[in-house]
Amino acid sequence: MKNIAPALAGLAASMIGFAVGAGSVSAATLDSVRERGFVNCGVGENFPGFFAPDSAGKWSGLDVDFCRALSAAIFNDPDKVKYLPATPAARFAQLQSGQVDLLSRSVTWTMSRDAGLGLSFSGVTFFDGQGFMVRKALNAKSAKELDGATVCTQTGTTTELNLADYFRANNLKYTPVVFETTDQVVAAYEAQRCDVYTTDKSTLAARLGKLKDPAAHVILPETISKAANGPVVRQGDGQWANIVRWTLNALIAAEELGITAATVEQVKASSKDPEVRRLLGADGELGKLMGLDNAWAANVVKAVGNYGEMYDRNLGPKGTVPIPRDGLNRLWSKGGLLFSPSFQ
Amino acid sequence: MRPPDRRARSVQLLIYLAVAAVAIAAALFAIETLRARGIKAGFGFLWNTAGFDIGFTLIAFDATSSYGLAFLAALLNTLLVSGLAIVLATAIGLVVAVARLAPIPAIRAAGRTYVEAVRNTPLLLQLLALYFLVLGALPPPRQSFTFAGVLVNNRGIFVPAPSITAAAGYALLALAALAIVYRLYLRRAGPIVAGLSAAAAAALGAAALWLMQWDLPALRGLNVRGGMALVPEFAVLVTALAIYTAAFVAETFRSGFLAVPQGQGEAGLALGLGRARTLRLVVLPQAVRAALPPLASQYVNVIKASSLAAAVGFPDLMQVFGKTTLNQTGQAVEVIAMTMAVYLAISMAVAGATQLYERSGQGGARA
Repeated sequence: MKNIAPALAGLAASMIGFAVGAGSVSAATLDSVRERGFVNCGVGENFPGFFAPDSAGKWSGLDVDFCRALSAAIFNDPDKVKYLPATPAARFAQLQSGQVDLLSRSVTWTMSRDAGLGLSFSGVTFFDGQGFMVRKALNAKSAKELDGATVCTQTGTTTELNLADYFRANNLKYTPVVFETTDQVVAAYEAQRCDVYTTDKSTLAARLGKLKDPAAHVILPETISKAANGPVVRQGDGQWANIVRWTLNALIAAEELGITAATVEQVKASSKDPEVRRLLGADGELGKLMGLDNAWAANVVKAVGNYGEMYDRNLGPKGTVPIPRDGLNRLWSKGGLLFSPSFQ
Repeated sequence: MRPPDRRARSVQLLIYLAVAAVAIAAALFAIETLRARGIKAGFGFLWNTAGFDIGFTLIAFDATSSYGLAFLAALLNTLLVSGLAIVLATAIGLVVAVARLAPIPAIRAAGRTYVEAVRNTPLLLQLLALYFLVLGALPPPRQSFTFAGVLVNNRGIFVPAPSITAAAGYALLALAALAIVYRLYLRRAGPIVAGLSAAAAAALGAAALWLMQWDLPALRGLNVRGGMALVPEFAVLVTALAIYTAAFVAETFRSGFLAVPQGQGEAGLALGLGRARTLRLVVLPQAVRAALPPLASQYVNVIKASSLAAAVGFPDLMQVFGKTTLNQTGQAVEVIAMTMAVYLAISMAVAGATQLYERSGQGGARA
């Protein structure tokens, strides 16, 4: 029995630490970011195309570019960001306790997270959905033919739940084998421990090209879940939530209005389009409403380009992980779901 | 050990109560703070539907079961893996310790190589290496090795599963009755009765096996269906934990052996007990007594190390509860506190059991 006291004391101390940490987060995130001089951006550990450090420790990816855009909106400099890797298990606690100012790491927007965890989702940077990868040798044309399959997936994501829902709804049996990291899942799938590898289709696409023999595998047509992934902030700081939400909207609006990193200065000086002028701060005082410089959106586009440029840089044909932009991730005007409310 | 006097006891009790009060106050404060920040808190989620499946369980569990049941199923998995690993590690460790003290240099060298190689590489590395070695060595299901109804492939070892029929049940009952009668009345009745009893027992046993229904594993669709399966994740986790811990257990036993005065062994030999009986009856009991306290901490380490299970896809407490459940409910404080409390409780139970054994006649008085 003599070990109980220090262990309980440790537990108590960690709980107090958590509670105090959670309690001491001030409402004005923008003020503390300015005071600190940089944004604490919670990214994931490694997800090429979305967030990944190179050998020199420089981060890149779609979600990383969003952190850069936010930094440009506040500081007129995309590099005032500190990237903090947030694991699936710890990410929400890190955000709730104020360790990070936002999570930009492909967090899936769900109601229980939005309403139950003190979080506020700011919009969608990438629409995704869970799919299945199998060996072509199985001759499966549809996920409905996977009865009895062994399915490999990763823990700490929404995929386990979607998987169970789908197989149960279709009255199919399966055996899950759940690993800690994506690398372990892929290694087990390659070793034929499982018939099926399931996760979001963006990851499947990214991983397919890196298998030993990509031509021997196929991603089945079914998409069994809706995943709306985007940046998340703490609930209770409306100003900060607005800054993050409208930075994303500005990126989308800039693409729609045809404003690019290369042309933004010239457009700002010469455009007669009132929406463009308001967005870029040539007219009105939209930036000041959020406590930012009036040129915030122009600075964002100058630093990282518009949403389309961000997508091409990371996920385009020449990006780290080419994912064809042919589905939901196009602008609404081209048949996709990307839509920004009006800059008025 | 001198029993603590009454005042010391009450001071100790007060300290425990104070610590418990602080812990409870901290928990309540944390929950209130979380609620104030719009974060759901409390343990009500344990009754909600989990929605995910677990690939390996000892109790019936499916996606419609609750988080509470998932917790229980995962806890049982952790206990099963740790328990088996502890038994195996003790057996291997004892053999290696004896080898390290053997009079023949080659055997000593083998024991030492085992200890140094295993002890000086990380467990996680050994676990992953063993897992992917096993997966690489075994064929996929469609090219299974088949032998006498047993199927072996990289999804596991599948053996026929018996299900007891009424007739087989009677045969087994008769066998049990025979054993009791023999034990009570026929034990001293001479070789002829013993021979007849053995023959009858063998016949009854064979009849029981014959009358049972066997569910044979067979390749159907994508996988093997039917039979009983030993899945690679489970086998690899238990084996890796046992091999790793055995190296430490061996060293603990070796120090125990060396703590026994040489004269004890010599006295055993002088009494004409022989090497094996001297080891078993004279040296081992004293060595175990000396090795027991550090041995207990090795056992506790096994339980904690079993939380590496997620690396090889085995659904233990840490994976099912500490990761999947935490992620789905987002209730990090509650889930982590529960998981920590469980590891703490199991480890303390092991330490407590060892202490009891130590105090009982088996462990003997302290040297």
